[in-house]
Amino acid sequence: MADNGTDMDFEGPILELRRKIEELESFAESTEMDLRGQIEQLRQRCRELQREVVAKLTPWQRVQLARHPARPVFSDYLVQVFDDPLELHGDQAFGDDAAIYTGFAKFRGRSVLVVGHRKGKNTKERIACNFGSAQPEGYRKALLKMKLAEKFRLPILTFIDTPGAYPGVGAEERGQAHAIARNILEMSRLRTPIVCLVIGEGGSGGALGIGVGDRVLMLENAYYSVISPEGCSSILWKTAEQAPRAAAILKLTAQDLHGFGIVDQIVPEPLGGAHQAPGEACRNAADAIAEHLDQIVGTADERLLEQRYEKVRRIGVFLEGGAASAAASSNGAGRAVAPGATTR
Amino acid sequence: MAWDSFKRIRFRKKKEMPGGLWMRCPDCEKSVYKRAVEELLQVCPECNYHFEISVHERIAQLVDEGTFAETATGLRATDPLEFVAVKAYCDRLEAARKLTGLEDACIVGTGKIAGHDVVFGASDSRFLRGSMGSVVGEKFTRAVELATELRVPFVFVSGSGGGARMDEGVLSLMQMAKTSAALGRYDEAGGLYVALLTNPTMGGCMASFAALGDVTLAEPRALLGFAGPGVIKNTIRADLPKGFQRSEFLLEHGFLDMVVPRVEQKQVIARVLDHCRIRRSA
Ligand SMILES: [Zn+2]
Repeated sequence: MADNGTDMDFEGPILELRRKIEELESFAESTEMDLRGQIEQLRQRCRELQREVVAKLTPWQRVQLARHPARPVFSDYLVQVFDDPLELHGDQAFGDDAAIYTGFAKFRGRSVLVVGHRKGKNTKERIACNFGSAQPEGYRKALLKMKLAEKFRLPILTFIDTPGAYPGVGAEERGQAHAIARNILEMSRLRTPIVCLVIGEGGSGGALGIGVGDRVLMLENAYYSVISPEGCSSILWKTAEQAPRAAAILKLTAQDLHGFGIVDQIVPEPLGGAHQAPGEACRNAADAIAEHLDQIVGTADERLLEQRYEKVRRIGVFLEGGAASAAASSNGAGRAVAPGATTR
Repeated sequence: MAWDSFKRIRFRKKKEMPGGLWMRCPDCEKSVYKRAVEELLQVCPECNYHFEISVHERIAQLVDEGTFAETATGLRATDPLEFVAVKAYCDRLEAARKLTGLEDACIVGTGKIAGHDVVFGASDSRFLRGSMGSVVGEKFTRAVELATELRVPFVFVSGSGGGARMDEGVLSLMQMAKTSAALGRYDEAGGLYVALLTNPTMGGCMASFAALGDVTLAEPRALLGFAGPGVIKNTIRADLPKGFQRSEFLLEHGFLDMVVPRVEQKQVIARVLDHCRIRRSA
């Protein structure tokens, strides 16, 4: 279970109960005893336990779920959500970054452009995609293909799952900051519908580089943050070991983001996390994307862009002229729609 | 983003030498004549080190005297995350306000540069390392919207080593989208954005508004980049090349139009404004 430092202790009791159920099942089979009642009872207990565990998940535990080695990654969604994917390579300037996938596909009968951070499912794949950390050419490839999609008014669907854009010498030499900034600006004015979905890690600027859209959705246990909990911990406490504390104060869960008005909808995960039933997670994601896409497809360009601008324009919390500030907090716990919207 | 690497880059206070006529350069550590430094607009005559200056000094150096009128005032950061770690965000804000006399890390307003009407702004690296939270994002965005409305050039001087301000979490991250989207509209409307990057501009600020100038200038030897050098060093486990992420390095790699010493900045900006006249109608 423990892979690259993930600590899934909270899953222990569930796994224990599952083992018991399996034991009982094989015992019933070998002895031909009728234990269906007991087994059903245990299954019921297991579901309850999962529900309890999920309800009590700490932000750090959600980060663990978002990074879970068995969690469905972009390639799972590509297979399960789309038909006829046709990958498009290269940024026509430097290279082809495997950490970001771009390609055409059919989504419920409609042609779309799919963009996604690629993490890989085994060590070899993970290394090949640099663990989902993209280089500038990855962002430039994404922009090039998104502009192509705009030309033919293909909706753009992006899947976000990155620990962050890659911090390397080459990445800086080739303008990592510039590539991300350019994507953010251009995505804000692409004349085609864009739906973004955070499926795992929403790692800072690296996530936002393919994350500006008409709708931003987030899986229940995904996280989205200005900095990794480990990075935050290193700054505040000079050690990465306080990452659980950092995860809590950063307010990075889907629930937090929804509260801030940044995320439009939280996509439910199967009980216990997406890795418990990847197929179900993919179906839920597809349903949510379809619902939002249906709402925005056909919107006139000017209106679409106006609404997209307003969506980012109103984000922020501050006081203005003393009392006017209350607008920010009076919206209720954690609601962070800026007073800017009312004061401009 | 760029936070970690900046812990160690402290801006050493100018050390007063006896008599007050001489000062020690924090970079080359030579004693230099104060008047000479002032004549160069706070630059070391020995090593060309550009001292950190306040937004007010920046305005005085670049905007025509008596023309600057601050806009988007009266915005105050709150603590939406209730971010309490080693020090509470509220206390850090209060300390920064006291230190700088500023409300937050940037000032924007209208003014003239060599007679050209502009919207001008600057971030101040002394205020929580010039980092961008909701207030900086909002003020920047309002400034861009004002420039769009007035159809005048927008000049912004960034000194934002702190990147997106961690204490406001993902709300700070989203200011990158807000400021960039505003610049996108300004661009559509035919606006001219002159960005002047100063030491240091990093992380979320570099990866949004600071990287989006129509014309981009930088002060000599400013540290400019996405990831902090410390983070990169830890990731690649190797030494970084000499001059890495400095203005001259970015110029060499094609990301700057010019590296301009402080004494020439106003003149260069004025020449750009002279060449690029914004059309009266889109
Ligand atoms: Zn010097």
